[in-house]
Amino acid sequence: MKWPALPRPEGRQFIIGIPWFWLALFFLLPFLFVLKLSLSESTLAQPPYLDIVREFKDGLVVLAINLGNYELLLEDSLYVKALISSLEIAAFSTLLTLLLGYPMAYAIARAPRHWRLPLMMLIILPFWTSFLIRVYAWIGILKNNGLINQTLMALGLIDSPLEMLHTPFAVYVGIVYSYLPFMVLPLYATLIRLDMTLLEAAADLGCRPWKQFLTITLPLSLPGVLAGAMLVFIPVMGEFVIPDLLGGPNTLMLGKLMWTEFFSNKDWPLASALAAVLLVVLIIPFMLLRHFERRSEEAQ
Amino acid sequence: MNQARNTASDASWQAGSAEPAIRIENVTKTFGKTYAVDDVSLDIYPGEFFSLLGPSGCGKTTLLRMLAGFETPSSGRILIDGKDVTQVAPYERPINMMFQSYALFPHMTVADNIAFGLKQEGMPRSERDKRVQEMMELVQIVPFAERKPHQLSGGQRQRVALARALAKHPRILLLDEPLGALDKKLREKTQFELVNIQERLGITFIIVTHDQEEAMTMSSRIALMRDGRVEQVDPPRRLYEFPISRYAANFIGSVNLFEGVVIEQQGDEVLLQCDEAGAVLRVRDSRKMASGMPLCLAVRPEKIRLLAPGEEGPNQLTGVIREIAYLGDVSIYHLELPGGKRVQFTQSNVQALAEQPLTWDQTVTISWRPDSCGALSE
Amino acid sequence: MTRRSPLLLSVLLFGYAFLYGPIISLMVYSFNESRLVTVWGGFSTKWYFELLDNDQILGAAWLSIKIAAVNASVAVVLGTLAAMALVRYGRFRGRATLETMVTAPMVMPDVIIGLSLLLLFVSMERLTGWPQGRGQTTITLAHITFSMAYVTVVVRSRLAHMDRSLEEAALDLGARPMKVFFAITLPIIAPALAAGWLLAFTLSMDDLVIASFVSGPGATTLPMVVYSSVRLGVSPEINALATIIVVIVSLAVAAAGLLMYRQEKRQQD
Repeated sequence: MKWPALPRPEGRQFIIGIPWFWLALFFLLPFLFVLKLSLSESTLAQPPYLDIVREFKDGLVVLAINLGNYELLLEDSLYVKALISSLEIAAFSTLLTLLLGYPMAYAIARAPRHWRLPLMMLIILPFWTSFLIRVYAWIGILKNNGLINQTLMALGLIDSPLEMLHTPFAVYVGIVYSYLPFMVLPLYATLIRLDMTLLEAAADLGCRPWKQFLTITLPLSLPGVLAGAMLVFIPVMGEFVIPDLLGGPNTLMLGKLMWTEFFSNKDWPLASALAAVLLVVLIIPFMLLRHFERRSEEAQ
Repeated sequence: MNQARNTASDASWQAGSAEPAIRIENVTKTFGKTYAVDDVSLDIYPGEFFSLLGPSGCGKTTLLRMLAGFETPSSGRILIDGKDVTQVAPYERPINMMFQSYALFPHMTVADNIAFGLKQEGMPRSERDKRVQEMMELVQIVPFAERKPHQLSGGQRQRVALARALAKHPRILLLDEPLGALDKKLREKTQFELVNIQERLGITFIIVTHDQEEAMTMSSRIALMRDGRVEQVDPPRRLYEFPISRYAANFIGSVNLFEGVVIEQQGDEVLLQCDEAGAVLRVRDSRKMASGMPLCLAVRPEKIRLLAPGEEGPNQLTGVIREIAYLGDVSIYHLELPGGKRVQFTQSNVQALAEQPLTWDQTVTISWRPDSCGALSE
Repeated sequence: MTRRSPLLLSVLLFGYAFLYGPIISLMVYSFNESRLVTVWGGFSTKWYFELLDNDQILGAAWLSIKIAAVNASVAVVLGTLAAMALVRYGRFRGRATLETMVTAPMVMPDVIIGLSLLLLFVSMERLTGWPQGRGQTTITLAHITFSMAYVTVVVRSRLAHMDRSLEEAALDLGARPMKVFFAITLPIIAPALAAGWLLAFTLSMDDLVIASFVSGPGATTLPMVVYSSVRLGVSPEINALATIIVVIVSLAVAAAGLLMYRQEKRQQD
C-alpha cells in the first residue's frame, strides 16, 4: 500500500476496530468453542453436552478433557472413509469444474469486447438465484422418470432408465453446476489481464497457436487456476446440500456426516470434533488461496 | 540538424537493381469503414534501415503489423524475398519483431526469453546456449541472464527485447517505436547502438516511429506516412531538403512557406510573385511550370542569411524582429514583414558574447539562395 | 488473432446450456397441470395459486426477507468499514488477521460456520443471558458475519480503483476528511455499496445450512421450508416458487446490467 496519510477519515480506530472485533467475535472466537466442545462429553440434556470446565458445589473447578471423540473418529472407519471420500470428491469435482470452466473463461476473455460483460453476467446470474433450488432442479432431471431418462427412452436409446440420481455421478454434476461461477470468475480475471502482445511475440518467434497456449497462456494463468481450484475445493469439502439431495446413502462426505451427527444423533461434541478435523484439513488449501490472492493484488 | 547517414551500402535502392527484401504491393487495410492503410506500395532493400514515420493514427503500425503477419491486408500483397507471404502465419515468417511494449514473457528469465524463438525451431541445446550468450554480449546484458523482466530497468528490458528478436538471425527485423519508452538521454545513446548493431549484422531494419529526429538520425530511407498513405519516400537528407508537399515540409523540422503564383521561368529558376512577402521570389526548379500557376516556396529557417547594411542578395526581404528564442546552440528569430507575415530564421550563436546581438524591434534584411529553397506544388 | 475456434465455441455453448437448462426445466414444469412433475399434464397456473395459499411458505418467505434486509444493511456498513481499513490504512496491527477474517467466511464450509456460531450463541447466552434463545436475531447475526465478507470484496475493489486525486482535491479545497467521505467517496463507491447490499440480501435469502444450525423453534426461513419439502421429493409448488425467484433475480440483474452498461458507455463517450 503506497498511500500514506492522505484522506483518512477521522476515527481510524473505529474504522479498523468495528469490523475487526465483529469478525473476531463472530468468526474467530467460535472456532475456540468448537475446539472446546470437541473435547467434552455428550449427554442427554439441553444443550446436550457437559462443559469441560466444571464447578462443583464446594467451589472446586475441574477441567475435564475428553479425547474420546477424536479416538472414535480414528477407530470407526466410517469417519476416516468419509474424510478420504470427501477429499476424493472435492479434488475430482474441482478438476471437472476446471476442465469446463477454463475453456469457458478463455472463450469469454477472447470474445469481442462488447460481448464480455453480458457473457460474464450470464455466468454469475445463476449464482444469484437460490442455490438450494438449483440443486433441486437436478432431481427432476436425473431421477429415474426424469427429463434425461424420458428423453433417452423416447429416442429409443435405452430400454430401462439409467440410475443417475443418488449416485456419485449426480453429486459431481451438482458440484460442477453449483461451483462453476467460482472457477470461471478468477480464471476470467487472470485471462483478461493477459497481455495479448505476449502471444503475438511468441507467434513472431515461431511459436504455433497450441504451443503458445501451453508456454505462455497456461503458465501465466496458473494463479487464476489455483485460486479458482481453492474456491471450489474448500467449500466442497464441507458441502452438505448436494450430497444430501443428489447423493445416495453411500455418498460419504464430512459435511453430511456432521449434519447427521448434529441433527439426527444430537451428538454435538462429535460433530465439533469432525468440524475441527475439517478445519485442520482445510488450512493448507486456504493458505494457498490467500497466497494467490495476494499475488494477484500485487500484480494489479 | 542531424547528419543523415549515408554509407556505401545504401546505393542499391538508388540504382534500383537489387532484389527487394520486402515488396509491399498496393496494400490496403480497412477496419470497418476506415482505411488504416490505403493502397501502399513500397520496396525495401536488403541492409536498409528503413523508417515508417508519421503521426499517431497514420497507419504505420498497422503496416508493420501486416509485415509481421498479425493483420491480414484487406487487399494487396506482401512479398518477402520474392515470395508471397500475405497469407502466411506470423510463426512461419522469416521476420522478427521488437514490440513497443517489449512483450517480454514475465514468467521467464532473460536467457529463457532470448532462447524462446530458438527453442521453437528446435535448435540443439548447446548451439542455443551459445547463441543466447552471443546475443546477451551483443546488447550487453550478460549479468542479467537469470533475472526476470520485472527486475530490470526500462533500458535493460529494451535490450532484452532486441536480443530476443535478433536471436533467430532474422533477415528482417521490425521495430515498433523501439525507443518510445526510454528517456531522452538514453534514447539518443541507444539510437547509435541500434545503427551499429544493424550495420554489424547486416539485417534489414524496418522501424516505426513518430519521432522525426529519431528517423533522421538512424534511417537510410524514410517513408513519411499520412492518413494511411505514403506521402514521400526518400533518404533523410532529401526528405529534409526537398520535401514534396507542405505536409512533408512541416512534419520534419520547421519551415517558412510563401504562397505565390508563377511569373516566368528563367533557365532552371522559377520566379514567383508572392503577395504576402510583397516581393518576387526565386526558387531553383527545373520542372516545367506554366505562368499563373499557384506555387508554394518553402525555405528552412537555417538557410536564411542576414544581410549586412548595404549588401544585396537574392530573395531579399526586410522586416522587424518581433520575437527571439534563445536555444543555446542557435537562436530563433521571428521577423515581421510589412504585410504582417512572419518569417522564422535562425542564427548560430558562434560567440558566447556576440558583438552586435540582434534585439527586439530591430529592422533587418534577410536573404536566401534560390537553390536553398524548394517549390511545393501540393 | 481473435480467430474463434469451433471447439471453444461449443464448450461455451455447452456451459451455458448446462447452467441454464435445469433452471429452464424448473420454470417449464411450474406450469404443469400434473402433480407428477415430470409428466406433462397440460398448461396450468394452479401451483402459483396454491403457493399463495401456503401460509407456511409465505410466512417463511416474509421472515427470510426481514432477516435478509437487516442483514444486508448492517453488512454493507461493516463491509465498507473493513474495505476502508484494508485499502486506506496500509500496514496496521491486526491487518493480516482482518484480511484472513474477511476471506475465510467466503470459502469456509457452511457446516463449520453454522456449528461454531451456534456454540458461540449457546455459550454467550449462558454467560450474559443474551441472545435469549435462538431465532431471528441469531440468524441475522450469523448472516451478517459471512455476508459482510462479500461486501468487503466488492467495495474494496471499487475503492482500490478509485482516483485518489478526487479526494485530495476536495481536501485541498478545504473539506474536512469526514465531509470528503460523505461528499466525494461515498457517491463514487455507491454502485459498489448497492451491489454489496443486493449480494448480502441474496446470500441471506439463500442460506439453508447456517440458518438451520443457529435457528430455534419458531424461526423457519424460506430455504428451511423448501429443504424439508424438497427432501420428500419433487414438488410443483417449489417449481412455482423457483420460477418467481428466478424472474425477480433476472429482472434485478438485467436492470443492474443495463445501468452498468449505460455508465460504461457514458464513460467511453
